[in-house]
Amino acid sequence: MSLWSRMANVFRGDRLSREIDEELQSHIQEAIEQGRDPAEARRAFGSALRQRDESHDIRVIPWLDSLRADAVFGWRQLMKSKVTSAAAILSLGLAIGACTSAFRLIDALLLRPMPVAEPDRLYAMFCRGMGPGGDFRISDSNEYPQFRQMRSAVKAQAEMIAVSWVERADLTFGSDQGMEKAYRQYVSGWMFDSFGLKPALGRLFTENDDSTPGAPAYAVLSYDYWTRHFGRDPKVTGRTFRMGNDVFQIVGVAPESFTGTEPGVITDIFIPTMMHAGVTHDDWSWIRTFVRLKPGATRETVRDRLQAVFNAVQHERAKGFLGWPKRRLDNFLKQTLLLEPAAAGLSGMQTEYRRSLTILGVLVALVLVIACANVANLLTAQAAARAKEMALRVAIGAGRWRLVQLVLVESALLALLATLLGGLFAWWSAPFVVARISSPDSPARLVLPADWRVLGFALALALAVTVLFGLLPALRASDVKPVAALKGGDDPHSRRRLMHALIAAQVAFCFLVLFVAGLFVATFDRLSNQPTGFSADRLLTLETVAQPAQATVYWYQAAGYLRTLPGVESVALAGWPLLSGNGSNGFVSVNGAPPHELLAYFLPVSPGWLDTMKIPLIDGRDFLPSDTYPGAAIVNEAFAKEYFQGGDPVGKFFERTQGSRPFEIVGLVRDARYRNMREPITPTAYVPIRLAGSEHLQGSTFLVRTSRANPLAAAPMLRHEVHRARAEFRVSNIRTQLEINESSTVRERLLAMLALFFAMVALLLAGIGLYGVLDYSVLQRRREIGIRMALGASAGDVARRVTVDVFSMVLVGAVAGLALGVTSVRYIESLLYGVKAADVAMLLLPSMTILTAALLAAVPAVIRAVKIDPVTMLRAE
Amino acid sequence: MPKPDSLQGSLDLLVLKILSRRPRLHGYAIMTAIQDMSGEVLRAEEGSLYPALHRMEEAGWIRAEWITKGAGRRARLYELTAAGRKQLAAEESRWHAVTSAVNRVLRMA
Repeated sequence: MSLWSRMANVFRGDRLSREIDEELQSHIQEAIEQGRDPAEARRAFGSALRQRDESHDIRVIPWLDSLRADAVFGWRQLMKSKVTSAAAILSLGLAIGACTSAFRLIDALLLRPMPVAEPDRLYAMFCRGMGPGGDFRISDSNEYPQFRQMRSAVKAQAEMIAVSWVERADLTFGSDQGMEKAYRQYVSGWMFDSFGLKPALGRLFTENDDSTPGAPAYAVLSYDYWTRHFGRDPKVTGRTFRMGNDVFQIVGVAPESFTGTEPGVITDIFIPTMMHAGVTHDDWSWIRTFVRLKPGATRETVRDRLQAVFNAVQHERAKGFLGWPKRRLDNFLKQTLLLEPAAAGLSGMQTEYRRSLTILGVLVALVLVIACANVANLLTAQAAARAKEMALRVAIGAGRWRLVQLVLVESALLALLATLLGGLFAWWSAPFVVARISSPDSPARLVLPADWRVLGFALALALAVTVLFGLLPALRASDVKPVAALKGGDDPHSRRRLMHALIAAQVAFCFLVLFVAGLFVATFDRLSNQPTGFSADRLLTLETVAQPAQATVYWYQAAGYLRTLPGVESVALAGWPLLSGNGSNGFVSVNGAPPHELLAYFLPVSPGWLDTMKIPLIDGRDFLPSDTYPGAAIVNEAFAKEYFQGGDPVGKFFERTQGSRPFEIVGLVRDARYRNMREPITPTAYVPIRLAGSEHLQGSTFLVRTSRANPLAAAPMLRHEVHRARAEFRVSNIRTQLEINESSTVRERLLAMLALFFAMVALLLAGIGLYGVLDYSVLQRRREIGIRMALGASAGDVARRVTVDVFSMVLVGAVAGLALGVTSVRYIESLLYGVKAADVAMLLLPSMTILTAALLAAVPAVIRAVKIDPVTMLRAE
Repeated sequence: MPKPDSLQGSLDLLVLKILSRRPRLHGYAIMTAIQDMSGEVLRAEEGSLYPALHRMEEAGWIRAEWITKGAGRRARLYELTAAGRKQLAAEESRWHAVTSAVNRVLRMA
């Protein structure tokens, strides 16, 4: 209580002093009333001022009181030079905001533990080794029968949980007209229990819900979906929806905090794994595996047991690989299991963006350092102007630490204001970035809470920043020699040396940021200008589902009907659009030889697809409606080169699996990009969408080339017409091909955009810093310049004198930045495409940019120096 | 810190004792009470009394309130708190221990 009242007294200092005064006055009054001589009473009382100070100090916390005084004084200082303060706060705020924003993203995606019981006991299982394609990989996918064996093998030490990838699925609550999309995740029935989660409504799954394949069809909604879709209707349990061929009954709602196990996606509907057709297939890799260690169990023993099961399964499996080359078989059997901590969950977005986000984090940290250097220079320059004030303080008895505190409090005030600004910036910018990496096809939804973690980070940052830019000027200011300063002749060079060193550091970091940004921009430029091999102009893709599955001939008929519509140029069908990230691959064997080392990619298409996509036919013919899979194939040049040594393959045969019905190559076409813009063109075989055995198709994609400039304008009409062509058809998703192309370079675009933005901020800050330092040095040396000019120095001479020091620092900084850039580039190599760090252009560009910025920043100071009038200057001193 | 005074560190004890007998006194009354009751031997100086009062108030041994003494003049009256009563007992027993020890030394020497 006493501490509190003393704390409170700090903030009512004036009143406190008045009260003490009043009490002391009333004492003297009392004495006089008692008949004492007024003069004598006052003399006996002693110095009222000293008494008041003594009592004041007793009744407050002295250090807090001095802190308050410093804060008030610091505020006045900031208000005195509003423009510089605003510039400092703005640049720092931007940098702190960017850092906080980067932290929010990194934290939400990679660090924040899931809201489950004891997240540190949670591990994810990975498999490391050579994949079937002969490439080294770490894979997190697993097959269900193997998972089951593993689970029973480690039952005593750990609980294993299977979860599928979160996918968009079509479902309907009422009539088929109300088809909608929701994020569906298959999860082990015991997952909720093992995670220690309690339902928000109804019940969650139990082990019983997940024991027999195909039944029972229960579903648990996520809290978010329940809120968005049902307005938190408590009567939602018991309702049913249809997804695919199954009708699911909603049994409960998951707790609000739990949004699934994939950061970046929010699951809408949880389904027991047993509802997935893959639970009985030992060659369907569709689950991720979480391992939750039981108390006392160690990661190593559990891993070893899992490895034993894995080895047995792999050996069994290898018996089926007839004719595999020995090396590939060995690699297949040499794969090892890993258990990695997975407290933050597991998602593709983590893998995709881990490195990018880390690099962005480093970039914004560099920008922050540049901003700090700026503010430090600013404060140093101000401290020069305040040297006399400081000297006066020392002269009347202020201790060194008192002065350090004074300057540091001012810095902290600056940092705090900047952090507030930065907080606002981060509040806006983190969701902005998430929106950029989100595409209509795969919306990214990252939970970005602003809680104590973020707040703590921002405050820690503010503190670090205060020390970073405030401590040096503070120590320097407190080191003032009263005699020298009051005489007016402080050594200006020592101060300038510090400022110059800061300039060099700023330029070095700025160079690094510019260099990295240049690499990212070049990467994005090369990737997005990569020829695709097909034309995306005016091309619409209509993902369509049939309920129930329809014969291929009806699909062909519908395509024919759409072709007759006005505004439609051509229509074709494909299993999925090119560059959508989907892919089907397999080994190819030619003439009964063992399967080839390299995987080939397959895409089912309809007759006319080549025309619609504008992929030129080199030799042979397009498909006929009568062609089936397997049977006929059209291959690209890469395929011919890989499997037929570049000869004309038309008329030749290949098999997808040894001994199966062969494909006759009926056509050869030019290369087109299949999966993404980054990997080399894959050997690709286009195969008929029409299957030889079963005629029915559940879903396919109509590719419609419109004659209008904006293909999306035709989307509503086409959606309607597809349904009209055949009542069983329903369009579930419409995108332009252009949109799909762009979404395959979304990460590169984001990196290029953000890196460029930060490079511009860094350049601007460094430019302002340079300008400030030059301006300051001209101000400091105006006497010297005046004398030189009086003695006949030319304008060029003066300009050279003023800038030479700073420019040599810029040079030193640029060289250091260059060295930093060249050595650090290997950390980002995997994100680059088609650019080399050693490219002269890549190094020249940032150098020229910085030099130009430095020249621009120098102009005002040089003009100021040259305009100095020696007569006025010498007279003034 | 209050400067050492003629009361040799016993000012707190005296103030607490006086307030325990006669609640609600102002500073001047406390000072005169010390003077009167000690037969003009002990004298608390203003320069020590008020810092001591404020220190004890912050420590929570005594509390103060303002009263109006007519003609717009206000006086600050002090009284003992429960914590102050405890402190008084502690100080008193310490005082007795010290004085009896000093007496013993005087007797034996």
